[in-house]
Amino acid sequence: MSARQGVLASYDYVDAAVEAIEKLRGEGFEEITAFSPFPEHHIERALGYGASPVRLFTLVGGLTGAATGFAFTVFTSLDWPLVTGGKPILSMPAYVVIAFEMTILFGVLATVIGVFWNMRVPDPRRDIVYDPEFSAGRFGVYVTAPADRVASARKILESSGPARLEDDPTGESHG
Amino acid sequence: MATVTERERGAQTHPDIKTIGEVNSAVLRVLEPPKKLWWFLFGLATAGVGLFAFSWGNQIINGIGLSGLNGPVGWGVYITTFVFWVGIAHSGTLISAILFLFRAKWRQSIYRAAEAMTVFAVMTAGLFPLIHLGRVWHAYWLFPYPNERMLWPNFRSPLVWDVFAVTTYFTVSSLFFLLGLIPDIAAARDAAKPGTIRKTLYTLVSFGWRGTDRQWHHFGKAYLYLAALATPLVLSVHSVVSWDFAMAIVPGWHATIFAPYFVAGAIFSGVAMVITILVPMRKWFGLEKYLTTKHFDAMAKLCLLTGLIVFYAYLTEFFMAWYSGEAPERQAFWNRLFGNYWWATWIMLTCNGLVPILLWFKRVRHSIPALFTISILINIGMWFERFVIIVTSLSHEYMPFAWGTYRPSVTEMGILVGSFSWFFFWFLLFVRLLPPVAIAEIKEVVPAPMRPGRRHEVHG
Repeated sequence: MSARQGVLASYDYVDAAVEAIEKLRGEGFEEITAFSPFPEHHIERALGYGASPVRLFTLVGGLTGAATGFAFTVFTSLDWPLVTGGKPILSMPAYVVIAFEMTILFGVLATVIGVFWNMRVPDPRRDIVYDPEFSAGRFGVYVTAPADRVASARKILESSGPARLEDDPTGESHG
Repeated sequence: MATVTERERGAQTHPDIKTIGEVNSAVLRVLEPPKKLWWFLFGLATAGVGLFAFSWGNQIINGIGLSGLNGPVGWGVYITTFVFWVGIAHSGTLISAILFLFRAKWRQSIYRAAEAMTVFAVMTAGLFPLIHLGRVWHAYWLFPYPNERMLWPNFRSPLVWDVFAVTTYFTVSSLFFLLGLIPDIAAARDAAKPGTIRKTLYTLVSFGWRGTDRQWHHFGKAYLYLAALATPLVLSVHSVVSWDFAMAIVPGWHATIFAPYFVAGAIFSGVAMVITILVPMRKWFGLEKYLTTKHFDAMAKLCLLTGLIVFYAYLTEFFMAWYSGEAPERQAFWNRLFGNYWWATWIMLTCNGLVPILLWFKRVRHSIPALFTISILINIGMWFERFVIIVTSLSHEYMPFAWGTYRPSVTEMGILVGSFSWFFFWFLLFVRLLPPVAIAEIKEVVPAPMRPGRRHEVHG
């Protein structure tokens, strides 16, 4: 890792950031991080994202919840079989309500765990590449490369007209 | 970008926002030290919370006899107010989740406040079953665990379903709210002065959010899945609440239309409450560019639609009572209109049936003072709807010797007033501490900044 170096460019315009990313990828740079104040589809497309693994968390969580809901109600009814209101011991239609709520609850909890896991947050590192402008109105492109290729990455970033360009000699802050 | 035609203005949700950077300053300005008015309102709300605590404390010490609850009316103002607040909560999730799935762009401006309203309304509602319990120190009996004879709760009881539905709803709506806040808290963090308590707080709660492509990618997907889970949840919660009534064979309660009827009523009252809250917020914090008449028009239409469904449900109930030919059912509905509580029924019919008719007119939908007044009337009407359903039905069941009346006591009224204070106490704190308008999501619907003088596709 220490052989890598990084460059961070801040752009005022979306299309400038997208252009920089596309050119970088065209030149074979793959270690790119983009920053934006809102979810930008053009940037996502330029970086070529597929499906998010968060959906697996949601699915597994939801199914676990449904199974737990049914298992719990069935187990407790059989644990002490007591007829109430002349209804069957296993009153499945009534248990659907419990199982349904558990499906949603577990699905949501798993999704939240999944998104935090996949976003790599909370992130306690303090000396991380960032510019407070990224939450306001600027778009950032950060690229790391082996020391001998950094100069050409820097040139590509510069060609799209950044508002600010900053070198990161450690190249360790890729997120 | 410099000159925008009227037609292009009409196509945009926020035509007066010029750059995405100004969204931060306009929204974060709300968090600056408050004016006297805020302190006045906050003081009022705190005093109301005091009244709430006093009334409830008094009832805990001296017993549930301080309320007007007695046979045959065992459910009164407490359960009425519980259903009212759960209903208020619903429109927040409707706006944040269902309208998100429908890609209704006008929701971006209002959803944060609506979601906060949801969380605080469920927090308010959740207290009422505890207040109604009387012996609140046994509140843990609500949770499913076996008693000392190893007997588990009866999962056929709608009251047990309610515990599951409401606790799930509170957890899910809180998580949905807090997850959506992360990028905006990060914006507040970046704008806060270094070394302040706010900076530290926002740094902690933003979890190191940097707005990277990876973070946005997973965040966006998670938000979609949460919305997809919250949508059936919101429909289920008020259905379950309605089954607390509909599962009982009480005339006036035992009806299959209760679930959709309650869900429509919940959204009706909730959207009205969103309007009630947003009108002053828009004026005091100068958010006119963010909450335009277009947004209020859309909310008014939602009110009109759900109001019509509710009114239709009222008429259906009366029709079914007559058509069924069942004497107790006919009695119950005759009693609603002309019995002891005729005034409550007529307040309900006027506020929820007649007043929303005004919303057919565009002039009314575009007049903020008119909407504000109508929204308050709807909220009054919806509180009375629950009162009518609960009290008129219980006071007039099958046997004439068991008929009776119920009058709310001073303690119950204190708790009712106090619940509004408790709700507004949290909401006033919220507008001081967290961005009340979604910063990142507004930026999504404002045209993205492009380099001038180049051809490019329109951002969608």
